[in-house]
Amino acid sequence: MKKLFSNLQRADGRRQWLRFALVLPYLWLLLFFLAPFAIILKISLADPLVAQPPFTALLDWAATGWQRIHVTVDNYLFLFQDRYYITIYLSSIKLAAISTLLCLLLGYPVAYFIARQKPRLRNLLLLGIIVPFWISFLLRVYAWIGLLNSHGVINNFLMWSGIIDQPLTLIYNDFAVYVGIVYSYLPFMILPLYANLEKMNLDLQEAAADLGARPWQVFLNVTLPLSIPGIIAGCLLVFIPAIGEFIIPALLGGSDTLMIGRALWDEFFINRDWPVASAVSVVLLMILVIPMMWLQKTQSRAESNANGGAS
Amino acid sequence: MKQRSRGLLTVVAFTYAFLYVPIISVMVYSFNDSRLVTLWGGWSLRWYRSLLDNDAVIEAAMLSLQIAVVSATVAVIFGTLVGLALNRLGRFRGRTLLTGMVTSPLVMPEIITGISLLFLFISLSDWIGWPRTRGATTITIAHITFSMAYVAVVIRSRLSGMDQSLEEAAMDLGGRPLAVFFDITVPAILPAMISGWLLAFTLSLDDVVIASFVSGPGATTLPMLIFSKVRLGVTPDINAIATIIILLVSTGVVAAALVNRGRSNKSVDSE
Amino acid sequence: MDENILAQKDTEDLKYTPWLNPEISPMVQIKSVSKYFGSVCAVDEVSLDVYPGELFTILGGSGSGKTTLLRMLAGFERPTSGSIIIDGVDMTRVPPYERPVNMMFQSYALFPHMTVEQNVAYGLKKSGIDKQEINTRTAEILELVKMGPLAKRKPGALSGGESQRVALARALVKRPRLLLLDEPLAALDRKLREHTQFELMNLQEELGITFMVVTHDQQEAMILSSRIVVMNRGRFEQIGTPGEVYEYPDNRFVADFVGKINLMSAEVVAVESGIVTLYCDEVGAELCAYASHDQTLEPGTQKWIAVRPEKIFISKERPHDDAMTVLKATVNDLGYFGNLSLYRVELTNGRILQVSGQNRVRTSRKTVEWDDEVFISWDIRSAILLEA
Repeated sequence: MKKLFSNLQRADGRRQWLRFALVLPYLWLLLFFLAPFAIILKISLADPLVAQPPFTALLDWAATGWQRIHVTVDNYLFLFQDRYYITIYLSSIKLAAISTLLCLLLGYPVAYFIARQKPRLRNLLLLGIIVPFWISFLLRVYAWIGLLNSHGVINNFLMWSGIIDQPLTLIYNDFAVYVGIVYSYLPFMILPLYANLEKMNLDLQEAAADLGARPWQVFLNVTLPLSIPGIIAGCLLVFIPAIGEFIIPALLGGSDTLMIGRALWDEFFINRDWPVASAVSVVLLMILVIPMMWLQKTQSRAESNANGGAS
Repeated sequence: MKQRSRGLLTVVAFTYAFLYVPIISVMVYSFNDSRLVTLWGGWSLRWYRSLLDNDAVIEAAMLSLQIAVVSATVAVIFGTLVGLALNRLGRFRGRTLLTGMVTSPLVMPEIITGISLLFLFISLSDWIGWPRTRGATTITIAHITFSMAYVAVVIRSRLSGMDQSLEEAAMDLGGRPLAVFFDITVPAILPAMISGWLLAFTLSLDDVVIASFVSGPGATTLPMLIFSKVRLGVTPDINAIATIIILLVSTGVVAAALVNRGRSNKSVDSE
Repeated sequence: MDENILAQKDTEDLKYTPWLNPEISPMVQIKSVSKYFGSVCAVDEVSLDVYPGELFTILGGSGSGKTTLLRMLAGFERPTSGSIIIDGVDMTRVPPYERPVNMMFQSYALFPHMTVEQNVAYGLKKSGIDKQEINTRTAEILELVKMGPLAKRKPGALSGGESQRVALARALVKRPRLLLLDEPLAALDRKLREHTQFELMNLQEELGITFMVVTHDQQEAMILSSRIVVMNRGRFEQIGTPGEVYEYPDNRFVADFVGKINLMSAEVVAVESGIVTLYCDEVGAELCAYASHDQTLEPGTQKWIAVRPEKIFISKERPHDDAMTVLKATVNDLGYFGNLSLYRVELTNGRILQVSGQNRVRTSRKTVEWDDEVFISWDIRSAILLEA
């Protein structure tokens, strides 16, 4: 800590005030963002107790003043021995991955289309994507309950128009969760894709066409490869939060829809087993660390490209 | 080319329909006179009227607004400072850590954020006696923490498009660093700060998961209330709340877009 | 320096050469300044004195360190070592907002949310000057740069030339002792550039402020400056008037950087009464040049002989003048520019030289055509002798 402050002081006077002002948010983040993770880790290594708080303390003060460090990896062992949790993690990853793919398949054409329109229409279309993004996540997921219900809008319509006789089970299953995730995260996929496609130099596509490439070849050889950074950003922005999604499986998923977010909630509120809940969180974090670091790398690369080099 | 355009157009049209049908359906059903979603009972405002008598809803809404305003304001201040620091200060000790801390909340599953903050508050309560009860304060703290990350992103993206020599020019003319910040930098990033505020406000107003974890007895936010109700299925008065929020948000977003377009048009026209 | 060629300057009239006047002390003193970014050296122990009223240009390519030097003068970078003294005061550690120095930025850096007037008045406001005086001085300077009628406009509504004048006004209104200009003409199109060049010079003479300009454009440097420093890889190659730098380059870099030149490597054969005879393998003949400075003139030393294209004459008949070097050549290429013609001539052993000449006679027929056999010649005094 001391080194941090002395480094701030030795800096050139130009942005001194900023360095000092930065201390407050920095400390805030250390306390309210970083410290909690340390605590989760600690609790994940404790035993459950019927007490408040419901876990054993890390350090034990015996009467003689000795410290004992009470650590157990039981919780982690429990996670990995019980097939249940492994299944849930894998199921979450699977659901998130498929949803991301669906988002990409739907989002890419839309982003591509918007990017090729004239500015006026383009802004209007973008607005159309952004408005749902600002409307409450919860409410948008809720809206699907009314649509997918056995007596909801979709089933009503299908039965009324004679296409089906019995209502389809569209809700409380994996299908509804896919719909929910794709619906909620679509803007997160479209916006980075659009940003990438919009900046793309149209001359490149024209040059390829001039050299004899057919439209699908232009797309495959020029447009698609160049849009890969946008694809990666969009996919990560959907995949990472989707794995830990809670609201969508809670409202639209069935009892056999296994997602780690819901399992975590249940473990916490229903079983009141905080150490296991913590262990589940830590493992989830470890699964997410690599994609998160990947995302950060692509973000910082994009920013340094935008800032340009030295003159 | 033409053939592909038709296919593309279909996908795009489908996607927009996909985005808006649920929203419109909720809005339409908020005027449904019947209690049952399946039956259409005619147009009615009864659910809106019932909201006015519903104390729990109104109380929750007030609490949510309060928390949203406070957390958005603090988040903007912190987020701007962090965004500025990351964009302008170059390399400094602790930069990597700061970058990590401020980009992680963007993708961190809310459940983890919620649990970890709850544990923090409990531990703090044990060690230093604060916070004694969880409620509006703890929710606000949580919201500030993750909103700050979003604000920082918005600010950073605005700053990266800004001519750095503006601040140097101001200093060259005799402006001291703090004066330069208020004279030059703030006006330049003000639109971004406002968007950041609105973003933080919306995120706070929308948060269910984190609030559920860090809240306490007596502090129920509007989203928490809505969530507990809708777990049981569709309820008509939720449709009414939803419609109100949808209308407010849409108006706000469209208005903001028009303002932005007006501003950028002005400088383009006069060229 | 070769006094024989240059017309003797009137030594009493030191108004235009303050650096020769022992009674005037320098406005800017750069003393052994270096700047390292990490382990990369941007500026390598340079020293320079700039005198009041000069329009001094720092000329260099990209990566030469010229911008870094300018920023150190402005106060945006701090020298790793050495000191910078402005108007007698050590400013090395003084921040930019406390220096009597103002800068015109390459991008103009006009504050987009303020009007032209407010932009110009900004510096005065920060000095705490009273409102009345601010208004007067602002109006004055805007008149000077002919931007009076556009005072209420915002930068977004200005053209390139207009923006530049506002940037200039803003930098001048505080009457700085030193005005720094970063590539002032780079963003302008050709016509505007020429016009602005003269405007800048007139402005400077009228206000008497010391200007220091950074540019990569050597034509600009030649027209604007009282003196130039040619900078390369962090070091100063030569300091001198445009004439000195152009006609008397100190080394090959300067000779090649400023203007076009023919460079030939040669070996010293003999030295006699100030004239050096060298054998040039490329040309296949003996060339003569006057010795300059204190160069090693041992027979066998490698040297370079340089001659500017405009110093070479081209003719169909062989000139008979002992004071000239004459060579046979064939015209390989020619470019007609109307006012002048550029020739690329091939000597008997294949070496190609550039020759340029004014078209003094009014005729639409070319006097010299492709593949013509010609004689090229230059006065021995035109040959520059440079170290290898």
